[in-house]
Amino acid sequence: MEAWVNIPVDLLYTREHEWIRIEDKTATIGITDYAQGELGDIVFVELPSVDDTIEEAQAFGTIEAVKAVSELFAPLSGKVIEVNNALEDEPMVINQDPYGEGWMIKLEISQPDHVAELLDATAYKGLIAE
Amino acid sequence: MSDTVIKTSFHDFHVEAGAKMVDFAGYRMPIQYKGITAEHLAVRENVGLFDLSHMGEFKIAGNESSAFLKKVTTNDVDALKIGDIQYSCMTYPDGGIVDDLLIYRMEDHYLLIVNAANIDKDFKWLESHLFDGVSLTDLSPTLSLLAIQGPNAQKVMTKLTDYDLDSMAYYTSAKSKIGPVEIMFSRTGYTGEDGFELYIPNEQADIIWKAVTEAGQAFGMELIGLAARDSLRLEMKMALYGNDIDETTTPIEAGLSWIVKLKNNFIGRDVLRNQKEAKPKRRLVCLELEGKVFPRKGYEIFDGDSQIGKVTSGTFSPSLQKPIALGYVPRIKAKSGSTVEIEIRKKRFPATVVKPPFYKGASHK
Repeated sequence: MEAWVNIPVDLLYTREHEWIRIEDKTATIGITDYAQGELGDIVFVELPSVDDTIEEAQAFGTIEAVKAVSELFAPLSGKVIEVNNALEDEPMVINQDPYGEGWMIKLEISQPDHVAELLDATAYKGLIAE
Repeated sequence: MSDTVIKTSFHDFHVEAGAKMVDFAGYRMPIQYKGITAEHLAVRENVGLFDLSHMGEFKIAGNESSAFLKKVTTNDVDALKIGDIQYSCMTYPDGGIVDDLLIYRMEDHYLLIVNAANIDKDFKWLESHLFDGVSLTDLSPTLSLLAIQGPNAQKVMTKLTDYDLDSMAYYTSAKSKIGPVEIMFSRTGYTGEDGFELYIPNEQADIIWKAVTEAGQAFGMELIGLAARDSLRLEMKMALYGNDIDETTTPIEAGLSWIVKLKNNFIGRDVLRNQKEAKPKRRLVCLELEGKVFPRKGYEIFDGDSQIGKVTSGTFSPSLQKPIALGYVPRIKAKSGSTVEIEIRKKRFPATVVKPPFYKGASHK
């Protein structure tokens, strides 16, 4: 693993390199520092709209970087309650601040018991060290 | 295995600078440092430093050198005075491109600069056509190459050499002390900007790197990776072998007629003469799109319902802030102003043929 990768301990993660911040029934979702580093400069993101329903493990958007295009997979099911529209004009914020200004959507979680299946920071660190 | 991947003389400097390293054509190369967009714009607006040590260098010597080069390359080496440089290509008998290259005329030999991915192929091709009075030597393992590119490139070079750069024309080379050592350098590049390329014996690489980076500091010179090199050349419609040109495309189709001089009897001449006269069936064109899409190599180009070609290179242009692509289309659709569609992830997006280059503000002289 490269030394620059930041993995905050207070977040949860997926194998698809997304991070999730859980606050009560709300999940804030973005991509990890490792993912943005692998993708390189991000040029566009395509996100769902508020009130859309997204389903766990299904694609909910795309992220287009100079090197490649990738799909974003929903870590949990739920209803989109907020979208970071600022990313439309400045997608590179995801490269600069993946865990802060680079957040993508907020979700009202429909299956809270599935949160337990997400990876913690240690498990995610192990995953990318592989 | 990664055992066979070659590290350039500057490898440790890249790692120290935080570069993301990738294996490219058998070399471990920096693909980016700070970020592609920032690096790209640094070259357009200021100055950047590239490690291009993966490029291949061949020495052609002997009394019959120019006769040999007139046999294997499409441009006319007779046009070169000592110190001149020429863009050219080598073609197969069917007109397909073996490689594109630079030819440097030195005092008593020629130097060919070829693509990294083609070093072995090109060497074998040249070797198979050698005749008495010509020798071919692969200097690639002994030489390191740095490029200083950008509108402020000369300012950096002025700190490094006493050579009269004001009178140094584009596409010429010189020998002079750069920092503490005498090396050969040229006013050339693959970015459209003014710039210099420095050919450095490996054993001098450390000293030159230190001198160049120190000279660049005063001007905020940035380190530039291969990713930005690709977007810079693409904005200028400079062809990339393996993408826009290869053994299945001819220089005429690629818009490189200007380096095909029919007076010499080079390999592939007859096919290229016919194609030049009859006009090629397809041409490599510049395509501009609108909005937030990213055309990539291999994406299909449509005219109505029929697929008429494929994208050979594409990016979201950092300078123009719009999607741009190169691709082959039938000649009737190749005029500027023609409209086609590019299929991007199952959706069709309109694209317009535009005159090259995409980026018109480049500084090269």
